[in-house]
Amino acid sequence: MIRIAGLTRRQWAALALVLGLAVAFLLPMVVTDYRSFQFTLVIIYAIALMGLNLLTGYNGQISIGHGAFYAIGAYTAAIMMDRWEIAYYWTLPAAGVVCLVSGFLFGLPALRLEGLYLALATFALAVATPQILKYFDSWTGGVQGIVLFKPDPPFGLPLSQDQWLYYFSLAIALVMFWAAWNLIHSRIGRAIVAIRDHPIAAQTMGINAPLYKSMTFGVSALYTGVAGALGAIVVQFVAPDSFSVFLSISFLVGAVVGGLASFTGAIYGGLFVVFIPNISEEISQAAPWAIYGAFLLVFMYVMPSGIAGFLRRIGAWIARRNAS
Amino acid sequence: MELVLQQVLSGLATGGIYASVALAVVMIYQAIEHFNFAQGEMAMFSTYVAWSLIQIGMPYWVAFGLTLVISFIGGVLIERIVLRPLHRAPILSQIIAFIALFVIFNSVAGWIFTYTIKPFPSPFPEEPIFGTFISTHQVGVIGVTLVMLGILFVFFNFSRIGLAMRAAAQNPESSRLVGIPVGWMTALGWGLASAIGAVAGMMVAPIVFLEPNMMVGILLYGFAGALLGGVTSPTGAVVGGFLVGVIENLVGTFVPFIGTELKLTVALVIIVGVLTIKPSGLFGRPVVTRV
Repeated sequence: MIRIAGLTRRQWAALALVLGLAVAFLLPMVVTDYRSFQFTLVIIYAIALMGLNLLTGYNGQISIGHGAFYAIGAYTAAIMMDRWEIAYYWTLPAAGVVCLVSGFLFGLPALRLEGLYLALATFALAVATPQILKYFDSWTGGVQGIVLFKPDPPFGLPLSQDQWLYYFSLAIALVMFWAAWNLIHSRIGRAIVAIRDHPIAAQTMGINAPLYKSMTFGVSALYTGVAGALGAIVVQFVAPDSFSVFLSISFLVGAVVGGLASFTGAIYGGLFVVFIPNISEEISQAAPWAIYGAFLLVFMYVMPSGIAGFLRRIGAWIARRNAS
Repeated sequence: MELVLQQVLSGLATGGIYASVALAVVMIYQAIEHFNFAQGEMAMFSTYVAWSLIQIGMPYWVAFGLTLVISFIGGVLIERIVLRPLHRAPILSQIIAFIALFVIFNSVAGWIFTYTIKPFPSPFPEEPIFGTFISTHQVGVIGVTLVMLGILFVFFNFSRIGLAMRAAAQNPESSRLVGIPVGWMTALGWGLASAIGAVAGMMVAPIVFLEPNMMVGILLYGFAGALLGGVTSPTGAVVGGFLVGVIENLVGTFVPFIGTELKLTVALVIIVGVLTIKPSGLFGRPVVTRV
């Protein structure tokens, strides 16, 4: 067993997890409400990216249209809260189920084909989404969108609204990451990965590839949909033009830059998607996207496994040096 | 009946633009078996180049020709610099490279030329020469498309380079053995696709106005046309493009709940529909994988 500073790899991972959780828990105590809001967005993106990661990273299916499922989740939450005055926490399971079903149904025809065609079909979905949202304006409020109100913390907790939403999102994210971890490390998870690594061999072993692919697409959409519902609650506003093709692209950017097929990668991706545009927006309105594009290319050439993969390599390098 | 005829004619005009985009998509698909998601944005950027050339006082057709040359060179350079290193990378890496190009072209155009919409001149006279059914620009678009197709047909069937390009796309190994530089043929394909896209961009800009997001929807229709005709067949792509133009117009006029607001959804439905019912398209051959 290789030890670094007396601890094994597994112990280091556990330590990092505990430290990470502690930082995540203490964060809103020490930063401003606006920063708490930003970190809430990081958590929300991380959930969405986890969903995309299940599909693209573990199952090898490319989606350029996950913004559509984020939009469906967001509108499910917004319509339930605004029209039917349902409490915000009930909107999350509803958004999840709606996205699970719509993801499964959309995936069913497209997934029978190879990955390239799925990319094409999801791209078309992403481009068409704002128009579809505007069309059903009696539900979606058309171009003006729907304005929501921030929920107050329950049980008289001494927290600001932003702090409460941060903890609420954090709790949801922890449950969903834990569920994803169990899914990937189960028999079903192995089947999902097997389809990515060798589809024909996987089918020979008796895995029903189309069914598993559609299911993965559905579960992936569920994650993104829950993130969308959370996003609507936190941002307090939904409008068709915030769900353009660029939202879908930013998910893809986050997943790739953070690191595909990695749980921590989703978190790095979330940090990247929220904070990099803020930094680069000072240069120009169009700059964030140019920088996104440049990052995408650079990561493709230099670090195809993203930030998570890069850190893993550094860890392995330290371990090797210690061993010798 | 007159309305149908009018809609079919103007559908053919927009269909010509879709056909050009579809053809560009299929050319790159044939060479590297990938859809170039940045095709529309490259065409949009070419159109901005043309606009700049016209702004500095160049006559339209000179600017037109020069834009084609610049686009051609640009396409070749993109293949050589960006995609060549990813030659053997997995599908995901290549798609991400396309998406990166998409985003870069879109935002750089916004950066340089701003997001305000700009009028783009049509080379054709404004007064209706061909009756009230169809504007002169629309007839011009159909004409330009047909001329371009004719040139490409002759190029690919009778010129040495054209034949070499087809050979390189169909059977890279054997082509290399007979001395065809396959890599450069791919780059030439990119250049040609980029130039064809530029034509589409310059033809559509007078209709939709010039702005950085102008080609996103049109690219979707190009994809729909390419799929409908069959991604393995250039002729199919052209026919598919024209068909999609006509379908779009007829559906928009005669199906009341669609109108103009759901036009992109029509493209989405065509894409998913073709993929579900007949993935090889009307003229394509089915994809067979060897295990």
